[in-house]
This record gives sequence, C-alpha cells and structure tokens, in this order.
Amino acid sequence: MTPQQEAAAVVDAVLADLPRHRGVVVDSPPGAGKSTLVVKAAGHIAETGEPLMIVAQTNEQVDDLVERLAAEHPDLGVGRLSASGYITPGRILALPNVSVAGKLPDLGDPAVVIATADKWAWIGDRTWPWAIVDEAYQMRSDKLLRIASLFERSLFVGDPGQLDPFSIVDGDRWAGLSWDPVQSAVSVLLRHNPDLPVHRLPVSWRLPASAAPVVSEAFYPFTGFRAGTGPADRSLEFTVNGMRTPFDLALEEAAGSGWALYELPSRHTVRTDAEAVLATASLATRLLQRSPVAHSERGSHPVTADRIAIGAAHRDQVAAIRAAGVPPEITVDTANRLQGREYDVTIVLHPLSGRRDATAFHLESGRLCVLASRHRHACVVVARAGIPELLDAHPSAEPVQLGVPVKFPDGWEANQAVLAHLSKHRVTPDD
Amino acid sequence: MNSLRERAFLNRLDELRGTMPARPHDARAIAALAANPGCARRAVMDAAGVDKDRAARHVGFPAPFGQSQFAITRGNVFESLVKENGCAELLRLLRELLGLSVAQVGYRDVESVGSHLRHSHTRALIDRAAREDDGTAVFYDHPLFSLEIAGHTSYLEPDVVAFQIGGRFHIVEIKSFGMIDGQAEPDKVAAAARQAAVYVLALRTLMADLGHDPERVSHDVVLVCPENFANRPTAALVDVRKQLSVLGRQLTRMTRVEYLLEGLPDDLTFDLAPGEDGVPTRSADELTQALLQVPARYAPDCLSTCDMCMFCRHEARACGSTDLLGRQIRDQLGGVSGMHEALGLAEGTREAVEGQEEIARLLRLADRLREESLR
Amino acid sequence: MSALTALARLRAVRDGVAQRITTVRHCHISDQPLVLIPLKLAGEAAAPLAAMVGTDPGHPRLLVVPQPRNRDLRFAFAAGLAEVLLPYIEGFEKSTETVERRGGEPYERCLDAPQILVPNRSAASFTGLLGRSTRFRRAEGPYPVHPSVPLLGRWLTYFADRSQQPGSSVLLAATEALSLHWATGQSGLEDANLAALLGWIDPPPGMSGHRAAEEAEDPLLWPPAGPTTDPGFDNEVLAPAIRAYEEAPTDRAVDRVSQALRTQLDPTWRLMWRAVDLLRSLPEGSRVKDRWEIDRGSFTRFVERIAEGSPPQARRDGAVGAAARLAGLERARASYDVQRAHDDPLLMAEYRLTGEAFAGTVIAADPEHSEGEGRSRKLRPLITVRTGDPVRLTPGTVVGSPDRRGHAAEIVEAVDGEITLKITKGMGRGRTPAPGSVPEPGERVSYTSLIDDFQSSAALPGPEQTPWTHGGPPEEYEPGDDDAQEEWL
Repeated sequence: MTPQQEAAAVVDAVLADLPRHRGVVVDSPPGAGKSTLVVKAAGHIAETGEPLMIVAQTNEQVDDLVERLAAEHPDLGVGRLSASGYITPGRILALPNVSVAGKLPDLGDPAVVIATADKWAWIGDRTWPWAIVDEAYQMRSDKLLRIASLFERSLFVGDPGQLDPFSIVDGDRWAGLSWDPVQSAVSVLLRHNPDLPVHRLPVSWRLPASAAPVVSEAFYPFTGFRAGTGPADRSLEFTVNGMRTPFDLALEEAAGSGWALYELPSRHTVRTDAEAVLATASLATRLLQRSPVAHSERGSHPVTADRIAIGAAHRDQVAAIRAAGVPPEITVDTANRLQGREYDVTIVLHPLSGRRDATAFHLESGRLCVLASRHRHACVVVARAGIPELLDAHPSAEPVQLGVPVKFPDGWEANQAVLAHLSKHRVTPDD
Repeated sequence: MNSLRERAFLNRLDELRGTMPARPHDARAIAALAANPGCARRAVMDAAGVDKDRAARHVGFPAPFGQSQFAITRGNVFESLVKENGCAELLRLLRELLGLSVAQVGYRDVESVGSHLRHSHTRALIDRAAREDDGTAVFYDHPLFSLEIAGHTSYLEPDVVAFQIGGRFHIVEIKSFGMIDGQAEPDKVAAAARQAAVYVLALRTLMADLGHDPERVSHDVVLVCPENFANRPTAALVDVRKQLSVLGRQLTRMTRVEYLLEGLPDDLTFDLAPGEDGVPTRSADELTQALLQVPARYAPDCLSTCDMCMFCRHEARACGSTDLLGRQIRDQLGGVSGMHEALGLAEGTREAVEGQEEIARLLRLADRLREESLR
Repeated sequence: MSALTALARLRAVRDGVAQRITTVRHCHISDQPLVLIPLKLAGEAAAPLAAMVGTDPGHPRLLVVPQPRNRDLRFAFAAGLAEVLLPYIEGFEKSTETVERRGGEPYERCLDAPQILVPNRSAASFTGLLGRSTRFRRAEGPYPVHPSVPLLGRWLTYFADRSQQPGSSVLLAATEALSLHWATGQSGLEDANLAALLGWIDPPPGMSGHRAAEEAEDPLLWPPAGPTTDPGFDNEVLAPAIRAYEEAPTDRAVDRVSQALRTQLDPTWRLMWRAVDLLRSLPEGSRVKDRWEIDRGSFTRFVERIAEGSPPQARRDGAVGAAARLAGLERARASYDVQRAHDDPLLMAEYRLTGEAFAGTVIAADPEHSEGEGRSRKLRPLITVRTGDPVRLTPGTVVGSPDRRGHAAEIVEAVDGEITLKITKGMGRGRTPAPGSVPEPGERVSYTSLIDDFQSSAALPGPEQTPWTHGGPPEEYEPGDDDAQEEWL
C-alpha cells in the first residue's frame, strides 16, 4: 500500500466507526493529518444533516480549524463561539460563511459550532448529536467533565506523544483514580470505556523521511509511523552561498540531512546561556540571509521568516532569544505553545543544554517531541556538549503510584535516542 | 572488554577492596545503584564490593540508618501471615488480581534444602516448571537467584515468592507498609518496584540461561501489602518496565567503572582487614585519605540512600561546595561550585572569570535587589 | 529555588545563621493556636503511639497508647484526643458575624477559627490518616466507639484536607511555615528537621547555626519531632516498657511508657512554641487577614455541614468532587502567589530578577492623555518609568502595581531601561484623573505582570449527572456496618 492508501484506509475505518460507538479515539503522531481528519469528519457528519459541535483547546486552534473548514466546505455554515476578551482576527472576519458571537442564539443556526473547551463549558441547555474534540490528549479530563453532557457521541483526536496537560497544584491526591482530573481527557475516557475503538494515523505528512523514523522510534516506540514522502521528495536549497562559517556548516548539514547539532563546548551555565542564546538567534538570522528555498511534493517556495520557528523550554529563554535579535516574523516560543504548529525549518535550544542536573521537567519526553517534530524540512538543535554525561548521572528514583499506567516512552530513553541520532550531524564552533 | 583487560580490571577491584571478602549485593543494594549514578566514589566502592557501612563507621561518620524492632516484627508477622498454609492468602489475592480460576496451587519451599544447594535447587525447579507447560500453578518460596555484577556473582535471597502458572512467572513482593484506599506511599512503592525489578531481571537471566524465553517472566510484579489499617493482605500489580531499563543501564555502567579507575594511585585501597579485636587495622586517617582520592558527588538525597553520606556531607561542607544546599542549586548558580566563589561574585568582591560573566551579573542583581528590599 | 533564595542560603552558611527571605509574615498565627505533636508506632500505617497536645505552653496534655497494637486502647486514645480537640473547636463556633453579599442572602461567618500547628508535613499527613481511621466509626452497632471518635475523625480529615489549600492557615506544619520565611545554610531536605531548622534560625547564644543544627541531628539530644520515633529509642527504651505493660498492665507500667514517651515529646513541644514566637515576631502581611477570612468561611461551612448531619467525607474524591477541588486549589494557588508578591518587596524582587516586574522612578507623566474621539474617548494617562531592572515585558502586557490596589496599566514601550505605561484602570471616571491616582514625576513605583487575573471555570455538573466519559453517576454513599467494622490493628 502507498502511504496515501494506508492513511485513507484508516480515515475510512474511523468514519465507519463513528455511528457505531459512543466515542472513537484517533491517535495522531506529528503531522499525520489530524486537522485534515477533523475537517473531513466534520463534512461527513454535516452531510447527515445533524448538528455538530467542535471543541479545540486554544483560540488559535479554533481559528485554524474555522479557516480550514471554511476552505474545504464553503457551503457549510460555521459558527464560532468566543469569550469576552476575544478579538476576531482578520482572517476569520474575511470568511463568508462564518459567524462569530459570544452567545449561541446570536450565531444563527449553523451546521457546525466551534469553540474552545473553556467556552463550551459555559454553554448549557442543549445537546448535540455529534462532537469532535481536537487536541484531546492536551485537554485535561476535568475540562471534558464540564462539557461531556453536551454531546451524545464524539470523535476524540490528538497526539499522545506531546506534552501532557498539567496543573499548578499537586495532583497526588487523585493518583490512581480512573477520573483523575489532571490526567488527559483521553486517558480518563478510555479507562471508563475500554471498549471504544482506538485508531492510529500511520503516516506523517509533515515530517520528512529524515525525521519520521527518528521521531517515531524515540517517542512512539510501540505504535510507530512512517513518512508520507520519500527522501527524494523534499529538499532545502540555499540560493545565497555561505562562507563556511560554523553557522553555515550547521545549516548546510541540516539542509543536506534534515538534522544538525550545533554543539558548544561543555559548560554549566545559567538557563539563559548567552552563548547558546546568541548561537540560536544567529542561526535563524543566517538561515534567512541564505535565502533558502524549499522543494517538496507541494512544489517549491522560498522559506520566509514566517516558515521558521525557534523553540526553547523556558519562557526566559524565549525572551532572551528574542532580545538577542531575531527577525520579528520568526516565531520564537516554548514547546507548550508550539504544540500543533508546523514550519519548514526549526531551530531548537535543547532543554538540557548547560544543565548539571536534569529535572523531570527537562526530561519530559513530550517537550523534546514537540521541539523535534515541528519541521517539514530541517531541524537544527543547539546544545552544549555533555548531555549524555548528564543523563548518565541522572538519578532514577521517581515515586510510583499504584493504579497509574506507566507512561511510555521514558524521557531518559527518548532523550538518549534523539541525541544518538543528532551526534551524527554534529557541527562545532571550531569547525 | 577482552579477557586480559577484564582480568586486570577485576584484580584492580580486588585490590581496592583489600583482603575482605566482597560484600554481596543484595537486591536492596543493587536497586540503590540508581540513586546517585553520577557519584564516582560510590560507583567504585560498590563495584569493588567494599563494605561502605563499615568504612563509614571506621572513619567516624556512621550513617544514621537504624531500624526499629517494631517495624521488623511487623514485617515478619505480616509476611508469615501471607505465607501461612502454603500461601493460602496469597492464592486468594492472585485469583482476584490475575483472574485465575485455579483451585489448587503447589507450594515449594526452596529453603528446605541446605543453603549451599539452594541456588542449584532453584535452577532445577524453575527449569522443570518452564518445561512442564501443563497449566499447574506453583509458589516458590525463598528462591535463591544470582546476578553477575561487575564480574562478581551476587546471590539474591528474595523475601519474595515466585509464582508460576502455565510456565509463566510473576515475582511477588511482600511489604508491610499499608495500602490505604488503593494507594500506598509512592516512595515506598518505588523502592519495592526497584527491588522487584532486580528479581525479575535475575529470574529472566536464569530463564535465558536455561534456554527458555525470558519474557515468560512478567514485568508486572505483584505487590502484597496490608489493606488500610488492618493486617489483612491486599495486592496490586506494579509495572516495573521502567525500573528494569534503569537497572539494565546501571549494571552496564558498573563495568564502565574501569574508566573511573584511571588516574587513581596504583596502591590505592579501601582495605578494612580487621585485627584481633575486629576493628580494621588501618588507621582511620589513612582510610580517609584513600576515600578522598575518589571524587564524590554529594547531594542531600544521599542522606537517605548511601552509607557514606555523613562522610561526604562533611567533605562538601569543608570545601564549601554548593552541593550541600541541594541538587538544583548549582544549576541555579550557573555552574559555580564554590559557596565563597558565588558569594564573592554576588557581592562584587570577586572578578568573574571567563564564562562566569552572566551568573555574576545575575547574582549581583540579586544581591542589589535583596539589599534594596530589606532596607 | 530562585537565585535570591540561593543567595540567602549562601549567606546563611557564611554568617552561621538563617536569613530572612520575606519582609513580612505570610501565614496567619492565631492568638490561641493548638499545638499537636502526634507519634506513631514504627512499621504501622496509622497506629498512634502518643500525642502531646494543648493550647497552653506550660500545660501540655500527654496522651499515650501503652500497647499500640491494642484496638481498644487506640480508641481510648482517640477519645482522649477528642476530649481536647473538640472543645477547642467548639469554642470558635458560637461567635459569628453576618456577611452581606451582593445578589445573595446574607450569611453567618465565625469571627475566628481554630488553628492547629503540627511539627512537619508528615505529622499533617498522619493527622489525615488518623482522621481516615476514625471518621467511619459508629457509636452503635458492632464495635461501638465513644460518639466523639467519629466526630474527631471528621474534623481531623477537614484540617488535613484544608492544609493542602495554598494560603490556608487552619493547619500549619511548623517546618513549612518557618521555611517560608527563613533560608538556612542547609538543604531543604534537612530543613524538615524542626530542631535543626530552629537551630539555624535561632541558635543558642554563642553557637553557630551550623553547630546547632548538627547537634539537633543527634536523636539523644533532640528526639525526632515525629511522627516516627527514633529507632534507638524504640529498641532500647520503648520496647521494654511496652513489654512490661504486656506482662502486667498496671498503672505503674502505663506510667513507665508515658514517661518514656514524654522524654521524646517534651523537647519538640518547647520547639513548637518557640516556632510560634518566632513567627509572631514577624509583621503580618496585609493580605493575610483576607486569607484567614476565607479560612473562617471554610470553617463555618464545615461546622454547618456537621450540624446538618451530612455523612463523613468519602474515602476518595468522586469525579465531580475531584474536579471541583482541583479548581479551588488552582484558584487559591494563583491568588496566593500574587498576593504574597504584592505584599512583600523581597518576594517581588524574585519577579524583578526574572524581568516580570520592575521598580523605578517616574521621569515623565501625561496624566490627561486620552484615546479615541467623541463618545468613545477614554482617559489613558501615560507615565514613563526609569529602571535598572532587566525588564522582559513586551508591549501590550497588562501590569498591576503593588503600591496601588485597583490600578491597572499596559506596557506601551520598553527600551533601554525606560518603560512607558498607559494607565487603564484606577484613575476614576472623570475627564481628568482622580487626585493621586497617576504617579507623578519623581515618584518611586513598581509594576508587575503578576496580577490576579485567574479565570474561574464554568460550573460542574452535579455528581448525579456525572457523564459517561467519567464513569457515569456514582452510587450514593450509605454508611454501613462494614465501615464501622473496618479493622484497625
């Protein structure tokens, strides 16, 4: 089977399961066509003439979906519910069949109503026959509890490998409970309804052939997925020659192989390690100077600043990278906020760079997974040497709670796997 | 490692230990290897099988680990309750937990043979069980397993029971801490899981050795604890896959201790050979000097895991190491390891050397803000 | 640990004494707290061994269980504890105030609430376990207990649960309350030892904190503050005393156990009151009263709950209960963090260090600056502040000021240590700002993006409407004989 056929078969199976079960879960690795599935399923349900509610987690995600729905199904009426502080962006205002309002009656009666989970929680007094919950693995189960009575049956779509939902308070009190409110919506749903079908999208259309196997083995060790494109389908070309500086070498390595590790000398540093921050910002600036062009199955286009992202673990690092001087159109953000986004090239400040002791935060596999799986062409990782030694010295004594399923992959192993791969694409400032 | 190098390495470990027999690694000690793997002192002493407790006592820094006889009694009483009448209570629990329909279970106490035979007896019994795939269920009490650790065979005498049904095995760990409303203290469960993983690994190694599929030993161990506030046992399955992979890493690491030995003086030894009075004949001073040759990586968590903790804490204090204040503090101080150095940078009495400019700026700012706020 | 706290710890090491990490006290300390020091039998989950309890430093009450494995003696202990605790709690139930509320019926709130102080977090957890093991008991039916026992259990559970609420002071662990205000020259882990912690904060004359803490680690000089006892004491003193009681359960034998346990509890009792004095000596932060008011409200509701005859707290939270509790905890956490920083320049300094706050001097002001035209014209005074702080706030960020409640502003520009702000709230409704509401040139001000803007979540369904995704409606709890018969061995 071609990747296209394989993916289409899964989508067909999902759609066929919808009327047969109260809930259907679809696991989607990075770039496996999650939004495409949501849009397709929305059209499929709309054809039946029954109303549909769609739940996403952030306003940005809602707007992205609204845009895609409007593009794919121009005849479909879409209502966008919003909270009071929301300012409708121009891209949504421009859409003909989309209405935006703070209250349900003000929307008219569109076939599809879409809002964030937080907004849905304020809507009562109506039941929808159908719902689609997007980014369901990033949704905390207490949010699902607030909205689950709004729908009769639902499709839950999300990426199990990304960051788990979190709380600013300690959730130990609920450990082991099947309805633990700090667990993800999907884990709680499946613990109470173990017979619901779980499908898995098998092909990543985003990640290139150079990245899909690495990400799949490190972060999806038991399920796995493959790239939808072959090594020859994608390439990144610089139209301006380099000067064989280490930055150029790193960018060329990334363009050629899909990955580069820009490795600074080993040193323990403060979190906003000036040298690493500067290297990260400089790589981005240099990348733009080289006027890259991306060639892919979708054709060729220049890689402009809006197609480049810089990712880091902490907000102060993000601020420091910004302050170091990055063209404003380049996205600079934390892993949390890069979830679900896609770029041509990403530059990542490794969460463990310059650390002496790793914490659970730094080792969380989802964080690295997000950072290493946003790109269509290439990913450059900036890190100080010494991370393998740090991992080696990391004490493994996490507390164990009864009745809590063990989560895979282990952050330690995932970090090792990614590093092992990156070490083959190392460039140092002395090169 | 080739065999010649390996022999040299093992000889070197023997020299480090001196004339005393290697301290056997029990499951607890093996499980503790993962507690602070970055510590060279501990790694070398463990690999050489040095009795750390004795060493710490001799240099005047005994570890503050005592056990109350109430806790010991409680543990023994509970264990015998679970094992009474050929593990009758245990069978009840396993029926519920694993959904078994067996009415009868065999019981073999490996301890019934002499201690020198227990290991081979365990081997024979496990081999037979793995061959006879006839669906019978058997408890093996007091099995004696072995594991190869840094070239030495360590015998493990589990307080566990191995349960076998239809050729598949589960390790059963009996602990006397309470499981209250389905939960137990996470640190205690973690410790039990780490220990149980050692037994799973040992049993898997034995299975492989006998030519059977090691995966027939389940990674789900059965943890048996008193329920709520009573003596009545209850059980839970604990998935130890993560502990198994950590253990695997640490055991591989033990052989890599070789590179830690490079650069140590050739005549270095931690010999604790006793005189007639049972006290080590070497002076405490000499031993102290020997210990200081191998760098430690002290962290406050050592206070609950390592016999050498008081010694290393004293050392960290004497040299003003920031490690004394907690594992994360050095990261907070941008890698500065000395307390005086960090304070000097903060108060401006010390010039930042290359690479310290940023942390110096941060500390100076912190110092200014602190002074300003306290005014 | 922040760089500021790290610095304070380094100073503590050098100066040999703990350093203040706050300028004010952030927890409520009652005029009449009840100190409770529980001890448990080693190796058991919740077998009480002894407790020293009371409100008068000079007259503690010592309760002991001469044979901790004896069920009847345990319940006698629980009844004894109830005899001290329940009257103390009831003493706060009678005096109430009437609270008016917008759009609702006025309600009653107790003028003050009880406050229990225990030595450390383990003691707080053990308090919860004691509550768990006693609240389901019954005065009638099989294994009857004194009616005060289940009531005690419900109160202990209440206090232990409430102590997890950020900012609550109804049950405080002394080590946590002290560590909130002082940094020692040892690790946080070692700070859990009350004697060592106090050794650093308040060392005896002529002794360094380091030396005092070292002495405090010797269980012969300073018995552990519990709930676990020193193994050496267990083996050498307690075990023979208990054995003697078993052989002949006479008053003398009880006395021997009591005396033994008193030696373990007396030193901690004195430490607890020293901790109270030390905490009292700190000036109270301005929002501590507000949080205590919330505690008083919570206490009042629980008093009413008991008066209404509702059942004991469930063993574990149901789906809806768990989500509701989580929402409450998150709300409390967010406002606790904000309130403390706004109350305390030293805590605000943490945010200045990370660029989320700044302090400086106003160098320019345009108090009558406005935006929009005609009817939509809005007063938006502008000020520019010069600061030496490393500000990391981007234009558009909403900020508040600890100096002015109800004041809100927005960052317009931040370049080279000069921050321009647009004031959006707190300057009155007139065409010109209310006097004093806009900072004037030369004035020292501080601003932070740390503001209490926590969005409360929508209502939860009733437990009987728990959806299918969360297991459906739970069975209703019916107290039964099974609970009362639960073994406590």
